[in-house]
Amino acid sequence: MSSTKKQFGALIVDDEDLARVVIRELLSTHPEIEILAECGNGFEAVKAVAEHKPDLIFLDVQMPKLTGFDVLELIGAEVPVIFVTAYDQYAMRAFDVHAVDYLLKPVGRERFEAALERAKGRVGEKMPAAAELAAAARAPQQFLERLVVKDGTKVTLIPVAKLDYAEAQDDYVALASQGKKHLKQQTIAGLEACLDPSAFVRIHRSYIVNLERVARIEPYGKDSRLAILADGTRLPVSKAGYARLKSLLDERK
Amino acid sequence: MHPLLTRSRFGIYLLAWIPLVAILIYVLGASGKMGWAESAGLLFPLCGIYAAVCLSAWYPVKSAPLETTSVPVLLSTHLLAAAVLSLLWIQLAKGLAYVLSRAPEFAKIQEHLAPQLPILFGAGFLLYLLSVSYHYVIFSLEASREAEARMMETNVLAREAELKALKAQVNPHFLFNSLNSISALTSVDPAKAREMCILLADFLRMTLGLGEKNVIPLAEELSLLDRFLAIEKVRFGARLTVEENIQEESRALLVPPLVLQPLVENAVVHGIANLPEGGGIKLSSLAQDGRLFLTVENSFDPESTTTRRNGMGLVNVRRRLEGRYGSEASIKVNAEEDHFRVELSLPAETGDAPK
Repeated sequence: MSSTKKQFGALIVDDEDLARVVIRELLSTHPEIEILAECGNGFEAVKAVAEHKPDLIFLDVQMPKLTGFDVLELIGAEVPVIFVTAYDQYAMRAFDVHAVDYLLKPVGRERFEAALERAKGRVGEKMPAAAELAAAARAPQQFLERLVVKDGTKVTLIPVAKLDYAEAQDDYVALASQGKKHLKQQTIAGLEACLDPSAFVRIHRSYIVNLERVARIEPYGKDSRLAILADGTRLPVSKAGYARLKSLLDERK
Repeated sequence: MHPLLTRSRFGIYLLAWIPLVAILIYVLGASGKMGWAESAGLLFPLCGIYAAVCLSAWYPVKSAPLETTSVPVLLSTHLLAAAVLSLLWIQLAKGLAYVLSRAPEFAKIQEHLAPQLPILFGAGFLLYLLSVSYHYVIFSLEASREAEARMMETNVLAREAELKALKAQVNPHFLFNSLNSISALTSVDPAKAREMCILLADFLRMTLGLGEKNVIPLAEELSLLDRFLAIEKVRFGARLTVEENIQEESRALLVPPLVLQPLVENAVVHGIANLPEGGGIKLSSLAQDGRLFLTVENSFDPESTTTRRNGMGLVNVRRRLEGRYGSEASIKVNAEEDHFRVELSLPAETGDAPK
């Protein structure tokens, strides 16, 4: 392999074979770009990113289980991403998560080349943390319906209804669901903003609880209380947290 | 709100009074008992006030519509009101005459008026009845205009729902994705690309053509769906399997155009497209006991969040069925585990059924 030209490794992610064919063909005139892998869904994409460390990803938005935005949230934003989709309504969101470009299907040669040039300029650039960006890109007035968590290359989907509580741990939140804990790189405030405030309460600086799980509240110490969950878990409730919890429970009556 | 209290109508109403006032002035003046000046001086303000009083005819008119009120009630209501108001009008005339008599040129007006009072009473009576009939005219005009507006509105709404339904049939994303597939096929498999172009053209032509019809044979809807599913099969490859279970007798039955298409499109977009390994769509039809049952079933991912948003197509189909068949048609939606099922039940209409 000649080393006169810098080599880029690319990943093509789309659930439709023919859509991948188009990108592959458009890339065929670019010997400097090597296609490291093609992925038919988001899970494969997350795995392939960890395995191949691509310089560039062509990413479809509408895919089963994991959308392109979920994938981006999971892989972190160090890799430049070009979204390729038939839907123009995601364009604003795509630029909010610092996508390099946003190509609409069917993709034309000229537009593709421009996107590629931009991407080459962005390779190696550091970008803000993906989870926070994804939170920022969430459509207003719309709360998360499920959380995506990555453990190594294993991706877990947690529907918010199955989230018992979340606990802040430095730069991470531990998501407790069905007896298991999943670590996700996100601040607890960032997570709180994504959750429906009528179903989840910040009961403490470090805790968000699913209202459905709270079995009872017991006094504990001078100013604080304990929330006892249905499964017996005990979580601290601060004074301000108790006020929030109480007003929400009163509303529900 | 009183219908005459708009600027233009009130103007016309007042104008209509001018000839009446003129006739009254002539009647009183020509009798020789009252002078012309006296007659005019009295009647202009008198009729001005009475014109306003006669607007009140609207209320008995409104409470006693011509169609629903019996003649005795009708007559007694208005004649009584006319008598009361005429008495009022006489008193008003006397009062005005008293005020006018202060001026030296009208000094004898009260004296001159007295013998005219029966004539004046009759005039007041007739004027009120005239106003009543005028209000009846306005009332029926208003009512017919309202009925017309209401009918227009329902027509527009039904039309709008229909148009929206038809527009929704050609989902732009379906088009863009199909074009993207064609663009891929042009180099890998040109023959297939051409086939896909033709499928797409057929589908579009049929969709546009069907929009103009009220009902079509089920067979036509099915052949449109064949095109649609063939295109989606190119896109999804092995991920999409289709099973059809069509009863031969049902093919000739009439259905509203594009009644199944949105359901099948939902099955693809919200069902198959969310399954990494794909899934199946099952279409069935059955004519039985004078009814036609149409079913669209598909597998779906219960964890997927988009299944909940498949409302629009379904809502539109429901609205169109309601608009056409009323309570004669029903639509049943059933989501069980990973299986989604929509069943339509309509009256089985044959070709010679009234449209």
